[in-house]
Amino acid sequence: MKRRSFVQASMALGSLGTLGSMVGCTSVGRVPEKARVVVIGGGYGGATAAKYVRMLSNYKIDVTMIEPNGEFVSCPISNLVIGGSKTMADITTPYDKLSGKHGVNIVRDYVVSIDAAKKTVTLASGPSIRYDKLIMSPGIDLMFNTVEGLKEANASGQILQAWKAGPETLALRKQLESMDNGGVYAITIPEAPYRCPPGPYERASQVAHYFKQHKPKSKVLILDANQDVTSKGPLFKKFWADNYKGILEYMPQHKVMAVDAKTNTLKFDVQNDVKANVLNVLPAMRAGGIAVQSNLANVNARWCGVHYQTFESTQAKDIHVIGDSILLAPLMPKSGHMANSHAKVTASAIVAQLSDMPVNPSPFLSNTCYSFLNDKMVVHVASVHQYDDKDKTYKTVPGSGGVSSVPNELEGIYAWNWAQNIWADTLM
Amino acid sequence: MPSLGIPRDGIYFFVDIFMLTDLFNLSYEVNMKTTSSRVARLCVTAAMTASIGTAANAQQTATQLHNRATAAMCANCHGTDGRTIEGSAIPSLVGMPKDYMVLQINAFKNGSRPATVMHQITKGLTDAQIDTISNYYAATKR
Repeated sequence: MKRRSFVQASMALGSLGTLGSMVGCTSVGRVPEKARVVVIGGGYGGATAAKYVRMLSNYKIDVTMIEPNGEFVSCPISNLVIGGSKTMADITTPYDKLSGKHGVNIVRDYVVSIDAAKKTVTLASGPSIRYDKLIMSPGIDLMFNTVEGLKEANASGQILQAWKAGPETLALRKQLESMDNGGVYAITIPEAPYRCPPGPYERASQVAHYFKQHKPKSKVLILDANQDVTSKGPLFKKFWADNYKGILEYMPQHKVMAVDAKTNTLKFDVQNDVKANVLNVLPAMRAGGIAVQSNLANVNARWCGVHYQTFESTQAKDIHVIGDSILLAPLMPKSGHMANSHAKVTASAIVAQLSDMPVNPSPFLSNTCYSFLNDKMVVHVASVHQYDDKDKTYKTVPGSGGVSSVPNELEGIYAWNWAQNIWADTLM
Repeated sequence: MPSLGIPRDGIYFFVDIFMLTDLFNLSYEVNMKTTSSRVARLCVTAAMTASIGTAANAQQTATQLHNRATAAMCANCHGTDGRTIEGSAIPSLVGMPKDYMVLQINAFKNGSRPATVMHQITKGLTDAQIDTISNYYAATKR
């Protein structure tokens, strides 16, 4: 009762704008014995959750976020770095506001194990941290072993994924820059679900745009394990036909089984081998490694089942899983915007639960996803997902959502502004 | 529901706690004689307000929390608490007058205001959600 009253009194104060306690109350990098809320992962889901638990509790609930990277590098917009119209600096944001402005204690480390019974996480560097609530946003794990020869070819730096934005993003750009005019870039796409459904088609468009400007004899091949383009299909195909004819070729029903690094060749289950100068293989994906190891990926050993009202795991109490690791509700994409939305519903639920208050009975989520077709022209897909208390899942609201009518430059401006605003909402 | 009204000499003071009536389906009436001590009356009223205040505050605080999280669904594009980054083409919502915001959202929703994406997003919102969101940003200081 004492704790509840304290939090509620603090929140009442906070609502009047008294945030005096937030500055200078935390140290960065300290490993505490205990935190009310521990967050694993500092991406779109984890960083937003950490910030919003702090904000929604009016800075009264302490949060420790564990993230191995020193800076946030965005996957959305990273295809423009590969295409050459943006730089790594453009897609990189420091974590200093999350700690300095919002008082999130950031520990730069990995979590190697979770004890759901004792409610502790153990770091790679050794110490353990106790929690009342654990938020896991570990993103995706790339299943290199599903494609023979890929693990080694990726480790050597020859065949890149660049699906987790970072050093491989720049390395892939360099491979394209050093490729001769007349060379071939081939990207393979795994069966859905995977992170960022339209992402591979956007990337192929960016590479085609680069080739058209600088290496017009070169070719882009899309080798897709799916039956057809999985997102914004008609918009992508029309733009390719109108703008990248003779440069970009789309081939559905191509499921890659193996790579031969010596000859830079892709092998498929049925179709003929494909040889290319630059290979970009996206293997099948599953929940982030720590979620799989901790037995939270209880759906086909790939995705984490959650109670959608609070994002609490269906496997373990007081562990909430958000972002790309979860089993999706129908028509919900694996996207950064969606992870940011999951994080807010979860942060609100956790603040309520830790304060003995009722959880929001009817949360909703929104998603907006922009794809660049060249350096300026953009198309979007948008959706709204309302929680249905009867069926305990999210349902898209009938009549809501949709895609762009045509590719347009106005949405190119909005897309870049979307990125800057969501980075600020997630991290600043 | 229980009433604590105790008639004494026909003239009463009533303290009706509307919030509590809504929340807990209880109805309290504190009735006191005009002749009773003014100090005692104030003490009783203060005690009632304190205990009732805690419960009412709890619900109010929960509702505030839910509303703030609901409004945060706009923040991905329109900035935390409606504050976009410097030079953003996507407008800030902070401090926007409520009646204006409700009109604009409904104009997107019914198609009378053209949009790139907002006509699709707003069709997913109920009147109650539009009210909550508009209230929140109107009440947030620039």
